[in-house]
Amino acid sequence: MKFSIAAKRIMFLIVVIGIWQFIYSLNIFEAIVFPSPITVATALYEGFTSGDLVKALGASFKHLLFGMSLAILFGTIIGVILGKSKQADETAGMYLIALQSIPSIVWVPLAIMLFGFTEFSVIFVVVLGGTFVMAINVRSAIQNVSPQLIRAAKTMGTQGLRLFYRVEVPAGIPYFMTGIRLAWAFSWRALMAGELLSNGPGLGYSLSYAQDYARMDQVIGIIIIIGVIGAIVDHFVFSKLEHTVMKRWGLLR
Amino acid sequence: MLLKLQNVGKTFIDKQKHTSFEVFSDIDLTIAENQFVSILGPSGCGKSTLLSMVAGLENTTEGSITLEKREIKKPGPDRGMVFQQPSLFPWLDVKGNVTFPLKKSMNKQQAELEADYFLKLVQLSKFKHHYIYELSGGMQQRVAIARALAMNPKVLLMDEPFGALDEQTRHILQDKLLEIWQQTKKTILFVTHSIHEAIKLSDRIIVMGTRPGRIISDITIDFPRPRDRENQQVITLEKKIMNLLKTEINKVLKEELADEIQHSS
Repeated sequence: MKFSIAAKRIMFLIVVIGIWQFIYSLNIFEAIVFPSPITVATALYEGFTSGDLVKALGASFKHLLFGMSLAILFGTIIGVILGKSKQADETAGMYLIALQSIPSIVWVPLAIMLFGFTEFSVIFVVVLGGTFVMAINVRSAIQNVSPQLIRAAKTMGTQGLRLFYRVEVPAGIPYFMTGIRLAWAFSWRALMAGELLSNGPGLGYSLSYAQDYARMDQVIGIIIIIGVIGAIVDHFVFSKLEHTVMKRWGLLR
Repeated sequence: MLLKLQNVGKTFIDKQKHTSFEVFSDIDLTIAENQFVSILGPSGCGKSTLLSMVAGLENTTEGSITLEKREIKKPGPDRGMVFQQPSLFPWLDVKGNVTFPLKKSMNKQQAELEADYFLKLVQLSKFKHHYIYELSGGMQQRVAIARALAMNPKVLLMDEPFGALDEQTRHILQDKLLEIWQQTKKTILFVTHSIHEAIKLSDRIIVMGTRPGRIISDITIDFPRPRDRENQQVITLEKKIMNLLKTEINKVLKEELADEIQHSS
């Protein structure tokens, strides 16, 4: 039997929810620890209609927007410097990998001690979450420009700054796109880590609030929202963009 | 004389290994305007390096290269170059690629008129809004030729431009190039390792030998085009060049074989 991709995905979801409902109805766990799919759906519905979740989402996206913009800006600047200057790369390049390998939740205590339980702390963590992966990709973008394209541009009398913005920058766009996509993924995780320990508002804060009041239905509902948003943004924004760019740049068949 | 190479030599120095390798030395060559000159030689003779030096992409170790009495120090739009790989910019469409070198010297409208003219010359007018990934290898190379010609260079440098194409496309593009050359009266310096290609296209063939690289023969072809493979004059010339190159190719083979034995023992 042949099904469309959408049909397969929906069927899979139905099966998962079915199993969930089945385990729930076995009554192994207490309902307060293991809510039914319907309770979770109701919690989500109530959250949206009362406006609580909408407000939290709005705050989260605000943090993300500020944080990611700064991460992309700083990452690009660092990446360009390391990509263009061999000296700089030899001196500081290694530390970039070290910084990138620090999980963003580790920055949260530091942010709270520096800036208190403020929204600024959250943004700070988001910035740190996205900057380094962006920098690494921008550095690769600059370093991996095809030497043949540079030679060709030189024979046409293009050099110096013009060579940089007319050839090196556009040639690096595919790496740049990958950088933004990864910066988004890392920033999104950093955002949740930061908000979980913050004083709100935000989706992560709503999650820890729900936990404090033992509202398992809300906890699971918010986890679902976080996953769904992550998938939607990646699929509909970044994958599409990256695909278009890769195709144009001749990197796809 | 348009292009003049005097005692030109090139030595590559490996700073890390403290070794040096002399590609060639004492190359003397003068090329007149409107001439179609091929540089023919086995791999390793330095013919592409020589062309890169004329382009200004490689510096000369000794001697000087002058174009209209001005010494060549760096690349410039007075020398258009077509590489073996089309080296087009994938983020620009066909027209954008052709106008790329023109942006500095003319306004947008002028540049587009130039591009239209040269795209018509290479028969790609219909494809001017296509992106590079949508074109075949032969079409890409035609765009590269149009791009180089649009700069109106004094000399067109071609580094095995048809080397990566299939046989059929190669023949079509060779004919096309001759047609373009007759229309534009450009001076062309054409690097190839195909004897037949050199004979088919050129007014003059510079045959280079290897280890060390040097000019071993300078042949002027005085019989008319088109020069079919079956043409007796073509066959005679082909044999003559083949004999010239045989000893050179054997030299390379022997050296490689010796290396092989050395490494395996």
